[in-house]
Amino acid sequence: MTGLILRRIGIGLITVLAVSIIIFFGTKILPGDAAQIRLGQQATPENVAAMRERLGLDKPYWQQYLTWLKNFVTGDLGISLASDVPITNLIADRYKNTVIVSCLTALIGVPISLMLGITAAMFPGSLYDRVLTFTSVTLVAAPEFFTATLLVLLFVFALDIGNAVVVGSTEGKGFFELISHFALPIATLSFVIASQLIRMSRAAVLNVMSSPYIEMAILKGVPRGRIIFRHALLNAIGPIVNVVALNLAYLVTGVIVVEVYFAYPGLATLIVQGVQSRDFVLIQGLGMIFCLTYVILMLIADIAAFASNPRLRHPK
Amino acid sequence: MTNERNPGEVVFETRDLKIGAIQQDGSEIRIVKGVDFNVRRGEVVALIGESGSGKTTISLSALGYTKPGLSFTGGEARLLGQDVSKMSVDELRPLRGVSVAYLAQSAAATFNPSIRINEQVTEAPVLHGTKTQAEADAKALDLYRALELPNPETIGERYPHQVSGGQLQRLMAAMALCGDPELLVLDEPTTALDVTTQIEVLKAFKKVIQEEGAAAIYVTHDLAVVAQIADRVVVLYNGEIKEAGPVHEIITNPVHPYTRRLMAAIRPMPEAGQGEDSSDEHLRADPALQARSIDAGYGPIGSNGKAAIPVLRDIDVAIERGKTVGIIGESGCGKSTLARVFAGLLPASNGEIYLDGERLSPDLAGRTREQLRKVQFVYQMADTALNPRHRIRDILGRPVDFYGTAEGMTRRQRVDQLLEMVELPLQFADRYPHELSGGQKQRVNLARALAANPEIVLCDEVTSALDTIVAANVIALLTRLQRETGVSFVFISHDLSTVSSFADEVVVLYAGMVAEQGPTDRVLSPPFHPYTQLLVSSVPEPRVGWLEEAAQTREAKAGASGGVQLTETGCPFFARCPVAIPGTCDVVDPPKLDDGAGHIIDCHRSLTELGG
Repeated sequence: MTGLILRRIGIGLITVLAVSIIIFFGTKILPGDAAQIRLGQQATPENVAAMRERLGLDKPYWQQYLTWLKNFVTGDLGISLASDVPITNLIADRYKNTVIVSCLTALIGVPISLMLGITAAMFPGSLYDRVLTFTSVTLVAAPEFFTATLLVLLFVFALDIGNAVVVGSTEGKGFFELISHFALPIATLSFVIASQLIRMSRAAVLNVMSSPYIEMAILKGVPRGRIIFRHALLNAIGPIVNVVALNLAYLVTGVIVVEVYFAYPGLATLIVQGVQSRDFVLIQGLGMIFCLTYVILMLIADIAAFASNPRLRHPK
Repeated sequence: MTNERNPGEVVFETRDLKIGAIQQDGSEIRIVKGVDFNVRRGEVVALIGESGSGKTTISLSALGYTKPGLSFTGGEARLLGQDVSKMSVDELRPLRGVSVAYLAQSAAATFNPSIRINEQVTEAPVLHGTKTQAEADAKALDLYRALELPNPETIGERYPHQVSGGQLQRLMAAMALCGDPELLVLDEPTTALDVTTQIEVLKAFKKVIQEEGAAAIYVTHDLAVVAQIADRVVVLYNGEIKEAGPVHEIITNPVHPYTRRLMAAIRPMPEAGQGEDSSDEHLRADPALQARSIDAGYGPIGSNGKAAIPVLRDIDVAIERGKTVGIIGESGCGKSTLARVFAGLLPASNGEIYLDGERLSPDLAGRTREQLRKVQFVYQMADTALNPRHRIRDILGRPVDFYGTAEGMTRRQRVDQLLEMVELPLQFADRYPHELSGGQKQRVNLARALAANPEIVLCDEVTSALDTIVAANVIALLTRLQRETGVSFVFISHDLSTVSSFADEVVVLYAGMVAEQGPTDRVLSPPFHPYTQLLVSSVPEPRVGWLEEAAQTREAKAGASGGVQLTETGCPFFARCPVAIPGTCDVVDPPKLDDGAGHIIDCHRSLTELGG
């Protein structure tokens, strides 16, 4: 199994390298010159040339790429073209917001969704199952801003709890204060990921439930709860962790609508700003961070799936 | 649970039991149509019949269980006096696994792959509170010993994939017996096993059933197995009892026509000289397909030219035109791998394959369409080999188009012709596979191969999943097709009696090497390779008492299958061979002894020593 895991890590590293090449040269193809953008339209050609030399833009592309990659590995993401501050500074606060919201959503939304999906699989075809299936399909179809609007209408206007936007700093807040601080974004995102998690965990468990060893457990008189949690779930972990990982990656990288809606600054809005201001350096840095997030989460999912498979854990 | 065990007391009985599928419009499709039988303590009652006869459905009624979609629609199923057909799941739960236990056909599928064996074996009594974990563990250990499992102290710590198929089958018996059940329900528990393994498992089952004093319902389609294990037989056909009585009466004097057909479908081992002499009219100078010194295996090919997991070593086989070559051996011996090498699905790491004397590329990509057309493959499971979303017309039409074998006919005419060849009604062309029975699907599967006008058809266990009578019909069809078209068959099977009934030549494989090959009647009569002898003597005979005799006389007491492994040098059968010569057989490759007429035995013993 160690061999398999090492292979996966190797494949992950190759993926990151390949993506880094695509990101770097992809931003190079785009029109616009970093030195020109940084100095503005009024800069003299001499100034631009001097800036190009300072930024290393006069060197061949592959040399620029290697320098950029080396800097990235050492944690230096470069200087923003638009605002002249280090990218790491730009990211720091927003990264904290994104991580807090993703982690809290994961902590709350993932277990609830999985429990709902698994319990639905316990009673397939029941009213409970059908209501849940209908709700999750509806949620899949509803755009995020719609869900968010409904939540705001319900909590802020009807019940008068909380704020329609996220206000104030997260500094010094404890766990439950953070939850209430980000309550509505967390709730919205939980709904968004819930539909897929519920449906996939239900399908994964149901798939196992039709296997002969489950019938055997029934014929041994094993109670339903034990059948699900001891006999079925162990064999459904692989597909479930993969869906969880994909959804967590989405929470880090794809929640732009929710960030904008609730007006809290996160990474997803930052990359949109980067694109608007043609801040290549920022786009490159964020692109790499998103790529790393995906690769690491999928790696964890793969390792969890390996670990749950006794054939890999205990070879013959 | 009372443990007073009065011999002769009725443990389970059905009265006019009816089981069916209730349709959406409220009508019922009845599967079991009013069945009365009983099982007394200390007695084994066999339910025998082909698939669809309702035998499994009836046996499961003892647990108050019906397969999804079915339900009890009438009558009673009394277990220890209680009608389990009317009990709720909660009422049934305490009975299951303790009063009545179930053994399924495939232990490999019945054991949860993610839970250690011991927990699964001891689960029922511990869960129902009839034993503490320690008591259940002790009982399990006793059972592992009684079932002659290797390392009984530690085998429970393993996961199911870490033990062999035969061991798992016996472990399933331990799982069923751990709760001291009054009634055991065994559903085809040896059907999926090799003959050599089946004999061990049957012996173990019989012994523990006697020792535990339990009653048992034994579901099977194999009369020869019934003769070994049952006291009474109930013959089922189409959900009704056709005949019932003590086992020796049914075997020696079957009355009902269906029982007679079942008896007739048992193919006795051929006596010397019985091998069918098919005509030689299709023969040509070169064999249709020939393999020379084939090595093959799975995984990357290393610097020594061998695959990482070698499976086949030094295989020489020739298939003559218009003949059938049977390839037999236990599971894992490389039979299917050899077929995959022939078909080009698995390129050989060494050696050559010739088609009509013309050298074939080892892999699929290097073969011409014409070469591909000539070698066709028929898979064991027609269920999975036929695309469920395609009509039979499309399934058969595709190879017709691809290989252009319509030859002046329209595609529709050619498909009709193919259906006629495999004796299926023409209107089946517009059906989907799921609308056909197992035997019909296998015929379509065969027709698809024939659509290419092949010269060689590789049949991989094509009758193994079929009932005895259906399988016999498919084999009659193969024989007829061969006579008419001159096609050659490579017929792979673990079932010696099926192969011997119609193959012209037999190749006995053991652990990836040819042990013996030649004309069928010569291979299956002395002199024998010791492995062939073990196989031949392990085929159950439909008479009471055979099992005990076989256990006594079988020279290979070491025959218990287990580590079948391809060895680097010497004879791979060395570890199980009763006449092995240490220091020779395990070191030196066996010489090829020529018994004449193309009969070759690979053995260090002389032909005289082997019984010639």
